[in-house]
Amino acid sequence: MKRYITLAVAATLAFTACNKDDDSSNNGQTTSLNNHKRETIEAYAGLVYVSYQEAYDKAVEMESAIDAFVSNPTSSTQQSAKDAWLAAREPYGLTEAFRFGDGPIDDENGPEGLLNAWPLDEGYIDYTEMDLTSGIINDPTNYPTISEDLLESLNEEGGEENVSVGFHAIEFLLWGQDLNPGGDYSNAGQRSYNDYVSGSGATNVDRRKAYLAACASLVVEHLNDMVNEWAPNANNYRADFVADDLDVSLAKIMKGISILSKGELAGERIYVAVDNQDQEDEHSCFSDNTHRDIITNAQGIRNVFFCQNTDLSYSGYSLFNMIAGEDADLAQEISDLVEGSVDMAENMHIPFDEALTQAASRDQLLELVANLQQQGDKLVEAGAEVGITISADLPD
Amino acid sequence: MKKRAVLLALTAFVIATVAGCQKDDDNNSSSGEKEFELLAGTFSVYDESPNAFGHAGDHLSSQNELDFFVGNSFFNQNWVMFGASTTARDGLGPTFNARSCSGCHFKDGRGRLPDYFGETTSGFLVRLSVPGEGDDGSPLPEPTYGGQFQNQSIQDSVPYEGSVRISFETVTGQYPDGTAYSLRKPVCSFEDLAFGPMDPNTLTSIRVANQMIGMGLLDAIPEADLLAYVDETDADGDGVSGRPNYVWNIAENTQTLGRFGWKANMPDVLQQVAGAFHGDIGITSYLFPSNNCPDPQNSCQGAALDSLGPEIDDDDLQKVVLYSSTLAVPVRRNYKDDDVVAGRKLFKKAGCISCHVETFTTGTHPTIPELSNIEIHPYTDLLLHDMGEGLSDNRPDYLATGLEWRTPPLWGVGLIEVVNGHSTFLHDGRARNLEEAILWHGGEAQNAKDYFMQLNATKRSQIIAFLNSL
Repeated sequence: MKRYITLAVAATLAFTACNKDDDSSNNGQTTSLNNHKRETIEAYAGLVYVSYQEAYDKAVEMESAIDAFVSNPTSSTQQSAKDAWLAAREPYGLTEAFRFGDGPIDDENGPEGLLNAWPLDEGYIDYTEMDLTSGIINDPTNYPTISEDLLESLNEEGGEENVSVGFHAIEFLLWGQDLNPGGDYSNAGQRSYNDYVSGSGATNVDRRKAYLAACASLVVEHLNDMVNEWAPNANNYRADFVADDLDVSLAKIMKGISILSKGELAGERIYVAVDNQDQEDEHSCFSDNTHRDIITNAQGIRNVFFCQNTDLSYSGYSLFNMIAGEDADLAQEISDLVEGSVDMAENMHIPFDEALTQAASRDQLLELVANLQQQGDKLVEAGAEVGITISADLPD
Repeated sequence: MKKRAVLLALTAFVIATVAGCQKDDDNNSSSGEKEFELLAGTFSVYDESPNAFGHAGDHLSSQNELDFFVGNSFFNQNWVMFGASTTARDGLGPTFNARSCSGCHFKDGRGRLPDYFGETTSGFLVRLSVPGEGDDGSPLPEPTYGGQFQNQSIQDSVPYEGSVRISFETVTGQYPDGTAYSLRKPVCSFEDLAFGPMDPNTLTSIRVANQMIGMGLLDAIPEADLLAYVDETDADGDGVSGRPNYVWNIAENTQTLGRFGWKANMPDVLQQVAGAFHGDIGITSYLFPSNNCPDPQNSCQGAALDSLGPEIDDDDLQKVVLYSSTLAVPVRRNYKDDDVVAGRKLFKKAGCISCHVETFTTGTHPTIPELSNIEIHPYTDLLLHDMGEGLSDNRPDYLATGLEWRTPPLWGVGLIEVVNGHSTFLHDGRARNLEEAILWHGGEAQNAKDYFMQLNATKRSQIIAFLNSL
């Protein structure tokens, strides 16, 4: 039932947005709210830009580390590449709060599925414990040359789990399968750097190197596109976004973090894994980095809500400010939920795959799920507080 | 539905914005059309993107909302052979057609014929049988290869059954106005048969995977309302004589009305889902507890491990059923355009709605109350109709003869190209577009097709425009 109201609110918001043109009210309160909306939208655009810039910078460092690894594969260069991947995931996780708003990251032509698609069937990419000859890397007959174009064209061919590129493809190629031998969850995947050493006994070494390097390069390329779309003073998505109807752009911002809260994070990433109790459903299953994905997503939502980046080097007029101007109690309530999600995420049992096996840590995760669902609903309720009438009808 | 673009009902938020803006000034132009914009009432969704088929219906309970995601995970993700590190989704095969539901129903959409010989998973399969029927009325499986041909297997020690080669025959014709057309008819043949030739009397039928939207709503149409359209003797003389299929309902242990599948050979979403897991992916469940390994396939039987119990738990199966039942139906696009409005009138005048029935109201859904009491426009009667020799597969299925097919729902047909990147239709994907699909109609649909054919090109395109708005 809650969902129904949710949609009705959203829909009505849309309706209001469209008809706003003719409400040329000179009411001072409306003007002030509109100013607050404008400030919120403009400050948000700035946050998106600095956040993608940081994600891009770290991806560039990751690409360098991966290039160094494939040109001289040792245990040490492998570790540096892994560290760089982990470091790149941190700012990227924050940017997921900019998804689900019909923005350039995941609109119809957006690169999200090429950056972060999961879960992936590792056997689609490379050998697995079950099948030593599986994967694109080990299939020179059908795919004689590994190239960026080829790998992108194979993404999600023949099934949605057939993921060929992106962060998680790189993760698998650096870590390998996380097999947790004998129920020991203390280690992540244990791929040897010898998989990249000619003469080590590993097969298709050159193809694996080319594959890994191509994936890293693609991540950089797609994040660069995001930086360009959100750069200030350019003819790009940001320019349209800040010039659009205030309520349309505001709805995109709020929709994005609502869906990330309720659907993606609570539903897909946590609840499904808890319910299935299966490592296959954890986001970064090869590196055991799933807890960081969850934490950075929760922090990313907080960043949007308070319009600030994690190290506070950027801040601006926020959704919190705008909502508080209309309903201080509701703003505080959402603030508590948003902070609560980050706290709960930071205190979850690590590693995530082990958390799935224990009743107490599963219950902790379910509390986080409930908190995130409530957070999503409250954010939509806040939409109503900024000028939207609740109606139980679908939009007309 | 795809992880990268998870779509809650919340998505309607901004999508609705766009739709809302397009609709501002529509008051009087086409009265009577408005109610047909939402094909599934409150279970409709505003999305015309490649994710249009992947939304949960609106106002699910918060527990169903979470379970929808779990069902989605079982739908999308690849199954692996028994013994792999993943435990929730092992038990693939021993023989199979696809590793996941989404392998054929990509983005909850529609499969197609292979683009080239050897393309393993495009979303089609071949049903097999020999003349006669089993005790429960079902078709008799081909003795060596069973009721369905599996072109993949888990490992070298278990042979896959063989490969399917699709070739095409060309059928040409022309409209009364002189416009010529050319249609293609797929013919399948089998290569690399692992267990020798098939029975010489084998009957085959090529089937493509159908879009998944609105299935729970179809499940909830009261049986009496469907049976009201039955007219086996064509007492009303309109040339159309829909009749029900009655099929074996495993859970109820009796024959019940068939609703799903190209010949309405499945009674409900539960058995449809469990049957597809079993036949297409090789996953056993409480409804289908034994792997599909016909007698001569010893290594398949050896790898089947049926004694370990169902490969998908009852609880997980129910979540996939929930998922499959609650995918929302996209609203129509351009429903007020003059051509679309005119096309709908012609569609009715041609008599298409005798079988592609416009409106039903769902009854009480037994397990998902959110699906109850909704007015829907599925454009189907779920009944069997003789479609003529040209479309026949000559393979009976329960009460359905080789000439008969279930009227497929038309909702979503205008979005297949966006979602799945092709526009092929009919049971074997032979029609390359909606116009060709119409031209293949015969039998009880002959009059409607003749009506379509004698229209001028403009009016024919209006009917197509109407179909594309669905």
